[in-house]
Amino acid sequence: MNQLALMLAASVSAGTVLALAGLGLLANERAGVLNLGAEGMMLVGALAGYAAALHLPAGLTILAYLAAAGAGAAMAALFGWLAIGIGTNQYATGLALSLFGVGFSAFVGAGFVDKQLPERGPDGVPWLRDLPVVGPALFGYHPLVYGAVLLAAALAWFLFRSRAGLLLRAVGESPESAHALGHPVRAIRLGAVMFGGAMCGLAGAYVSLAYTHLWVENLIAGRGWIALALTTFATWRPARILLGAYLFGGLTMLQFHLQERGVQIESHLLGMLPYVATVVVLVLISRRAAWIRHNMPASLGRVFRPGT
Amino acid sequence: MLRLVPRSPPSRALTLAAPFVALALTIVVGAILFLALGHPPGRALALFFLEPLHGADAWSELCVKATPLALVGVGLAVCFRANVWNIGAEGQFIFGALGATWVAMHADERSHAFLMIPAISLAGILAGAAWAGIVAFLRDRWNANEILVSLMLVYVAEMLLGYLTYGPWKDPEGFNFPQTITFLPVTQVPLLAEGHRAHVGLFVALAVALGAYLFLFRTYGGFQLAVGGQAPRAARYAGFSARRALWTALLGSGALAGWAGALEVTGPLGQLTPHLPVGYGFTGIIVAFVGRLHPFGILLASLLMSMLYIGGELAQSRLGLPQALSGVFQGLLLFTLLACDALASYRILRVPAKRAGAAVVS
Repeated sequence: MNQLALMLAASVSAGTVLALAGLGLLANERAGVLNLGAEGMMLVGALAGYAAALHLPAGLTILAYLAAAGAGAAMAALFGWLAIGIGTNQYATGLALSLFGVGFSAFVGAGFVDKQLPERGPDGVPWLRDLPVVGPALFGYHPLVYGAVLLAAALAWFLFRSRAGLLLRAVGESPESAHALGHPVRAIRLGAVMFGGAMCGLAGAYVSLAYTHLWVENLIAGRGWIALALTTFATWRPARILLGAYLFGGLTMLQFHLQERGVQIESHLLGMLPYVATVVVLVLISRRAAWIRHNMPASLGRVFRPGT
Repeated sequence: MLRLVPRSPPSRALTLAAPFVALALTIVVGAILFLALGHPPGRALALFFLEPLHGADAWSELCVKATPLALVGVGLAVCFRANVWNIGAEGQFIFGALGATWVAMHADERSHAFLMIPAISLAGILAGAAWAGIVAFLRDRWNANEILVSLMLVYVAEMLLGYLTYGPWKDPEGFNFPQTITFLPVTQVPLLAEGHRAHVGLFVALAVALGAYLFLFRTYGGFQLAVGGQAPRAARYAGFSARRALWTALLGSGALAGWAGALEVTGPLGQLTPHLPVGYGFTGIIVAFVGRLHPFGILLASLLMSMLYIGGELAQSRLGLPQALSGVFQGLLLFTLLACDALASYRILRVPAKRAGAAVVS
């Protein structure tokens, strides 16, 4: 039983990276913008957070997370200026952002590879986390794990229960109509994209500061792309993002678990698991083309220029 | 207040000038970056833009790296023209190298170079096309997004490369290093000149660019592909098959990336190691865009990108800067290029604030 709780805890911890990034990307895709730069934004966020944490006193780690979110948002603003402001192709611009982010973080981060963060105390709620079963399953997490759950709830409320959220979705479904009603389509899109970038940056910092607790080149290792796949998998709904993220987190933990149990599979072959699983899940979800079309924001990936 | 007004037709001069303007901007940003890092920008920039052109050896190295970039870039240009977003050329490159390695490892003293080298190329082409074929199949049959599938398959291919070089294909006499046996000389792609690493793959790249040019601009199939990419509705109305365009684009670009991988592993490398992928598949995306998705432009762009690669290596060995610097330059170049492109088809007009407000209502 305790074993099971620990496995669940490991899945949730691993999945939180995907949840944070996926929820941010969900918001900007709901506004009709597809930002393929997630991987780059997460890497730069991870590095910014790590660099800030090295220079900050131990009590102020929260500022490192803010720095990471800011770095992600800045990267997203660059994307937004090009793809929304002057209307470049969203696919190509997002790819450029990812390629740039990979190069830039490796370049600037080279000096941080051998620098170690100070030791961190155990996560979670004191006393409660030491309870059997429910302790590790519910009370032993990093604050951002709870943050991701709250974020999912808040985002669901915002998108489907608030007027501003309705406007955001309207911009994603039909920017022309929203524009005709006098709403600032491009400003709303830019805001959504920067929110997505901030969440990707935060997810990156969660990896470098809390999850792996170190910085190496290409630390994110494709998680940004998996988070992008997750938005399709979740048919653009926050609660399903959360669920999907934990499932994928469980899959990544499965490889370590199998190794611990002494299952004789080569580590490289086990390492394929999350990526193969992403493809399989994507296929299963996309099979029903009409269903995807029904759920997908109608203007996703399309450039909107007012007055044309 | 600024507004974008479409130019019709897009300025041709600006479209062709965009890559050069983008390059100039990249150099300026690069100089600022070096200054910020405390390196004299003049010397650092010379490593990127002058040193790689200095002498016969430098040109040979330039061609060694430009060859795979051109092959990958031409294939991707066909894809992007068809609006098929294959960004997994890196994986197809690795798979081509795996196919070629499998053939090369079976060579012995009785093998003949005249048979061996075509067989290696064919294995690379087939392996690369097969890996891209998975993407085409999943997209065609089950509507799975080709961007994500092709990218996930890059990671899978990298893992497979690691598995093979650390496991079944490891050289038993290689002191436990993760590498295959050194291939026999009969499998070696012929060199252009003794003592230089440039090989006949260069001619392959030139011929492929010419072939792609003829296909894209002189055949009905190429026309159908481009119409399907630019105006899917018109293509559907005309009865052009979107499925055929999808398969052609993915199999073609996969085959070329695979061929590039085959030439790389049996040419300059001579054995398979986990360090084979150095990002040619991803840089090929930039090459395709900088080359204006035109095969001849791509040849020039591949030389430019090869220069940035070599510049990165030189910056590492001479200035102790991380090699990832070339990635920064490549990303910057694509950014500035996209911005310049947008300005080639749109002009910026200054509109008085009041009028701009009125325009929103209209």
